[in-house]
Amino acid sequence: MKKLIECDRGEQVRVLKLYAKDELKQRLISFGLMKEAIVEVLEQAPAKQTIEVKVGKMRLALRAQEAALIEVEAI
Amino acid sequence: MEEKSCPAISNHIKVALVGQPNVGKSMLINSVSNAHLHVGNFSGVTVDKTEVLFDYKGYNFTVVDLPGTYAFTDYTIEERVTHDYLCAEEYDVIINVVDSTNLTKNLQLTAELLTMSKKVIIALNMSDEAQKEGIEINAEYMSELIGVPCVKVSAVTKEGIETLIDRVLKKHQEEKVKPKLVFSEPVEEEIAQIIWYLDKHRFQSENSYRNVAINLLKNNKKTYEKLHDNPIWIELQPILIEAAKHIELHHDSDDVKEAFAEEYASFNRGIVAEVLKQKTKQEKKTVTEKIDSILIHPIFGIPIFLFFMWSLFQLTFEVGAIPMEYIDAFFGWLGNTVGATIGNDDIRSLVVDGVISGVGAVVLFVPNIIILFIGIALLESTGYMSRVAFLLDGFFHKFGLHGQSFIPLVTGFGCSIPAYMSARILKNDRDRLLTLFIIGFMSCGARLPVYVLFAGAFFSPEMAGNILFVIYISGAMLGIIAAKVLKMTAFKGVDEPFVMEMPKYRLPSLKLIWHTVLTKTMMYLQKAGTFIAGASMLIWFLSNYPHNLTLETEYAQKIAAVSSVQEKQILKNQLASDMLEQSYLGTIGKFSEPLFTPLGFDWKMSVALQAGLAAKEVVVSTLGVLYALGSDVTEGDNSLVGAISKNISFPSAVAFIVVIMIYLPCLAASVVFTREAGGIHYFFYLLAFTSVIAYSLAFIAYNVTKIFV
Ligand SMILES: Nc1nc2c(ncn2[C@@H]2O[C@H](COP(=O)(O)OP(=O)(O)O)[C@@H](O)[C@H]2O)c(=O)[nH]1
Ligand SMILES: [Mg+2]
Repeated sequence: MKKLIECDRGEQVRVLKLYAKDELKQRLISFGLMKEAIVEVLEQAPAKQTIEVKVGKMRLALRAQEAALIEVEAI
Repeated sequence: MEEKSCPAISNHIKVALVGQPNVGKSMLINSVSNAHLHVGNFSGVTVDKTEVLFDYKGYNFTVVDLPGTYAFTDYTIEERVTHDYLCAEEYDVIINVVDSTNLTKNLQLTAELLTMSKKVIIALNMSDEAQKEGIEINAEYMSELIGVPCVKVSAVTKEGIETLIDRVLKKHQEEKVKPKLVFSEPVEEEIAQIIWYLDKHRFQSENSYRNVAINLLKNNKKTYEKLHDNPIWIELQPILIEAAKHIELHHDSDDVKEAFAEEYASFNRGIVAEVLKQKTKQEKKTVTEKIDSILIHPIFGIPIFLFFMWSLFQLTFEVGAIPMEYIDAFFGWLGNTVGATIGNDDIRSLVVDGVISGVGAVVLFVPNIIILFIGIALLESTGYMSRVAFLLDGFFHKFGLHGQSFIPLVTGFGCSIPAYMSARILKNDRDRLLTLFIIGFMSCGARLPVYVLFAGAFFSPEMAGNILFVIYISGAMLGIIAAKVLKMTAFKGVDEPFVMEMPKYRLPSLKLIWHTVLTKTMMYLQKAGTFIAGASMLIWFLSNYPHNLTLETEYAQKIAAVSSVQEKQILKNQLASDMLEQSYLGTIGKFSEPLFTPLGFDWKMSVALQAGLAAKEVVVSTLGVLYALGSDVTEGDNSLVGAISKNISFPSAVAFIVVIMIYLPCLAASVVFTREAGGIHYFFYLLAFTSVIAYSLAFIAYNVTKIFV
């Protein structure tokens, strides 16, 4: 099972499942981070504390803890 | 004569402006009316609703600018403001502002708005940018597909604005039409069943049955509450449970809200595929992504940020110092000229030593303030703000803060009041309170004059800029450490997630920056002319009265007794300082002096600090008045900088700066703090917290510096 945080810079993946709960899940969904969405990892802060991803046309900053709650698959 | 068909009230149209953050809502209002709402390129600029009024074609429009919201969830306070407004207040039309360059994501909110049974118009904003990116949207076809009018506009070029308002007018006069939001077949089936049920029982509702059904299926709390006490609920509930099961099964999810989000997304994808054409092929990496690969580079990102900050303070001092000399000279000249026209000694002293020195001392720093404000405006309008939040989140997180805390914190460098407000972008109350408590550690613009004054008095001009940088950075560091302490003690708890949109980089508009900086500078000057002038008069009065006649005659005799000019001068100086000491202010200062002696402050500094509780500018104006009175009689260098370096020892100055950095922000900011924190007890916590830290650190700073000097 691959998580978004495990992806490398420049990698493109598809979202399979959100493990986030309640409000955080709603939040991710409202940003377009939902099942079937295509996500690209743009930048990573040192030690992957924070990452920048691209969903559709939007760039999103995520902390490692949040990115670990998103299951993805390679495409 | 025919009877008037519409009452006067129908000339009034109330429009609610709704959209996701950073799509240009505030800017759109500005371009429609003469308003100057705050515009910035990051989410969380507008945190409270604002009403703007204007007239058009004989109608009175009220437009309500609401904080941006990604979806109808009450994730943050600002989003709650919007949600509550939309559900509970009276308004005629919703303008849903969307970003044409990111249509799919923006329509997610639109879909939710369409189930509210309100009149909706979609403003396809940023059409100028869309055009540049080769995006073409067929607005007419889109109107037809969704069933609500869609108008292409640009808040920057003002294209389409008039059409938009005309459409609002038209919409206002028309009957409501049902938007054409369609779902997948399984969901439509469930909706149809609920509608059939509601119809069978002749259920009374303002909202259409279809919308009631959708909201019930979505688990909308407000709709549930409404229906819960209705007798049909008993029969309806099992139907709903069954329906939810079907939908969840269809979406392979155990969360009906997620299922609906997916429904909306596929509806939106359908619309976008129909109406949007990408004409030019998109490059692999957009400009924003290229810039990001430098500015948020894992290694260079933070050094670049620190360099920007350092340059800002360097500029603040270096460039700011150029006009200072002239401003200083101007107030000196003004004092002399005005003073010469006033016969009465007391009134002359009030005007020259009180008002002119006090106000002059504050106005002196206008150039520095302008540069600082330009820096902040650039940070806000380019999109760099969110990048810094990204860079700092890892570091902040270790100290119990949130990357987005950076936004209120940096706003705090300008003024604490908007900073307290913008803490609303933080979702979690504990994180928000924590941020509120440390905003004061970010030295606001009004404290800058004190720093510039002392840096100028004790350091060479080449060093002073660096000193300013050090003062600001150490203030911020202290704040972060304080945050850690608070997080471990008072605000224990789970961390708030960090999920933040990174806006596109935009070239700052000169007009916008000019306007923001001008407004803030005028506010500063206005304060100098009113509040500071008043405070200076008060300080002057307190430092001149009561007159002590015995002291005066005593000295007059002594002065008459000596013959040399030099001796006379010395005696005159002594008289002035003795008089000051026995004035009301001197008495207050003397009374509180023991408290401040361990920090190396004389009574003048103690008084200036206490006056600074009203507003930080008053610290400088008070010092201005106090030293102007004392230096009346001295020859030569009578500028405030000179007086400071002559009268205050270096260790005392360091301790003084430390207190200014940490202690309570001004009165106005304290009021806003109390309101945002949600209780007067928080104010007392803040008072105690900052006073204890300020006092202890100043004590340490004073004694350590004494060893080295
Ligand atoms: N190119 C372009 N930029 C715009 C337009 N409208 C707003 N902006 C920019 O978008 C950013 C967000 O604007 P703002 O009004 O603060 O958005 P709000 O958060 O929706 O109120 C600012 O940087 C504006 O300069 C537009 O029509 N065209
Ligand atoms: Mg706004």
